[in-house]
Amino acid sequence: MTAAAPRVQAAHPGAGPRLQAFADRWLLKLFTIAAIAYLMVPIVVMIVFSFNDPVGKFNFVWAEFSLDAWASPLNRPGLADALWTSILVAIVGTIIATILGTLIALALVRYSFKGRNATNLFIFIPMATPEIVLGASLLSIFVATATQEPFKSIIPTGIFYPLGLKTIIIAHVMFNISYVVVTVKARIQGFPRHLEEAAMDLGANEWTTFWKITFPLIRPGIIAAALLAFSLSIDDFIITNFTSGLVNTFPVWIWGTIRNNLPPQVHVIGTAIFLIAVGGVAISVWLQGRGSRTVAVRPR
Amino acid sequence: MSLLRSRRAIPYLLMAPGLLWLLLFFVVPNIQMLLFSLSEGTLRTGFTTPPEVWDFQNYTGSIAKFSKNFTNSIVYGGLATILCFLIGYPLAYAIAFKGGRWKNLLLFLVIAPFFTSFLIRTISWRIILGNDGPVLSIVRDALGLVPDNFSIIGTPLAVVGGLTYQFLPFMVLPLYVSIEKVDRRLIEAAEDLYAGPWRRGGMIAGAVAGAFVLIALQVGLGYGKLVGADAAPAAVMAAGLVGAVAGGLVGGLLISQAFIRVTFPLSLPGVFAASILTFIPALGDYVNAQLLGSPKTQMVGNVIQGRFLDQNDYPIAAALAFLLMAGILIAIALYAKLLGTEELTGGTA
Repeated sequence: MTAAAPRVQAAHPGAGPRLQAFADRWLLKLFTIAAIAYLMVPIVVMIVFSFNDPVGKFNFVWAEFSLDAWASPLNRPGLADALWTSILVAIVGTIIATILGTLIALALVRYSFKGRNATNLFIFIPMATPEIVLGASLLSIFVATATQEPFKSIIPTGIFYPLGLKTIIIAHVMFNISYVVVTVKARIQGFPRHLEEAAMDLGANEWTTFWKITFPLIRPGIIAAALLAFSLSIDDFIITNFTSGLVNTFPVWIWGTIRNNLPPQVHVIGTAIFLIAVGGVAISVWLQGRGSRTVAVRPR
Repeated sequence: MSLLRSRRAIPYLLMAPGLLWLLLFFVVPNIQMLLFSLSEGTLRTGFTTPPEVWDFQNYTGSIAKFSKNFTNSIVYGGLATILCFLIGYPLAYAIAFKGGRWKNLLLFLVIAPFFTSFLIRTISWRIILGNDGPVLSIVRDALGLVPDNFSIIGTPLAVVGGLTYQFLPFMVLPLYVSIEKVDRRLIEAAEDLYAGPWRRGGMIAGAVAGAFVLIALQVGLGYGKLVGADAAPAAVMAAGLVGAVAGGLVGGLLISQAFIRVTFPLSLPGVFAASILTFIPALGDYVNAQLLGSPKTQMVGNVIQGRFLDQNDYPIAAALAFLLMAGILIAIALYAKLLGTEELTGGTA
């Protein structure tokens, strides 16, 4: 801190000290505000255009304020079904991915074993693979179960092909596992091991220790991972587009409808999902804050 | 002894279900796609796969036929990554070092776009940049800066703009993590040892970077062609000059010796990781090119999805997808070789 004062003085022999002072004080701050505003603009546009009464079939140009779309948010053929499918896929996919991913994360952090680094890298690769490749490869294998040997004779038809709800869920679990592993791992890494050792010293077996000590402590990480998985799942378009066949999720429905029209209902549902998601995060942050306070007041 | 052996199996048992899922629905599908990429036939006629045929023509032919789309993907993805870095680094730096009590809120705002649908965000840009949208009504109608027939939607500018927006959080978050980790005591030590402003160096570095970025944008977005072949070199020079002046000013004013000698080098692994994590999804995207671009701005992703989902031409589509995948695996392998896997995979215990 003491070094700062001579630095500012010696800094600018003649070269516009006032400009420098302005830059030091404001440039980064203004830039940050502008960058955050840039990130917010499309969200604001979405919310504003949910109140539009567009001229013509596409909700691209502002015409007139209206509450019509909010009054009938599902009043489009197929939209309600698509939304329901999205929610169902997200719930089922999140539960499966969270369980599978949490188990992997526990193994990776708590045990040292042969192949751990390789597993870390292997978990990372699906996250680094473009969604289009994930989707395309899944489509390849699903189609192959109906057309190619040896799959054709081993796998009964109807499980993976024709595509549908099941294949969407399989795909969503696949791409979510890695995100769950990384999120839960981050939580377990900063984890007080001595609490578990204390429990074991006091006679608890591993099973009791896990449920009484480990699980409550990593629960916030698991909840965070599940929230992330849910939001990735409900928003996914590219992979779902390859694995959904004739079934629509909400994003796939938008992609289909935008060839002919774009009703403001799309913006209404987008806004509703946004508000629910933000509310969910606010609640989880609040719960977590409360949780950490409770831990903090416990005698160490 | 048997107890020891069974305990040793615990981590493998814990991982088994998840890894099996990834094996069946990530590894096996990619092998099948590799087989399709060397096959002949269509969905209707059935596919003849290796070992009966090894059709490498799918690769050589599609590289030649879709070279324009590959170029588009690399140029648009690359420009978007550069723009994401230019916006993302100062933003991540500001949040990490100057965020104070706003840090968590700022991080939340960075990921807030993820709470809306990817498609709706893209549609929002179509509204904003549209011919009757707010940007052109200011720049074109009110200020008269561009000709009446100027549009943004349908041009590379819109596609790159959309990609930059979509993948900016992918850049900011890893950068934030790596800048946050920089030991503040090292910076204080540098300042105690008379690391002051880096005026001349900052100006030169900023000018070079600024000129490079503006020339890359002008050429990459195809605005060099608008003015005609004769004026093109002059236009490139002008873009470079503008970039150099702006970059030099910002670099000279903001880059200190402590930053360039301590903070930036320490954050470099994060810079590479963030760039890879931004470039990869940008490279494979087709939504922005479809909703914001025109047939001329189609990327590899557009061809892959069209061939797979509309034309059912699996061999060509699989070959294209595999070329994309192979390029990315090479990039990751190079990164892991040079810098290790810690930064990318979120570290090992």
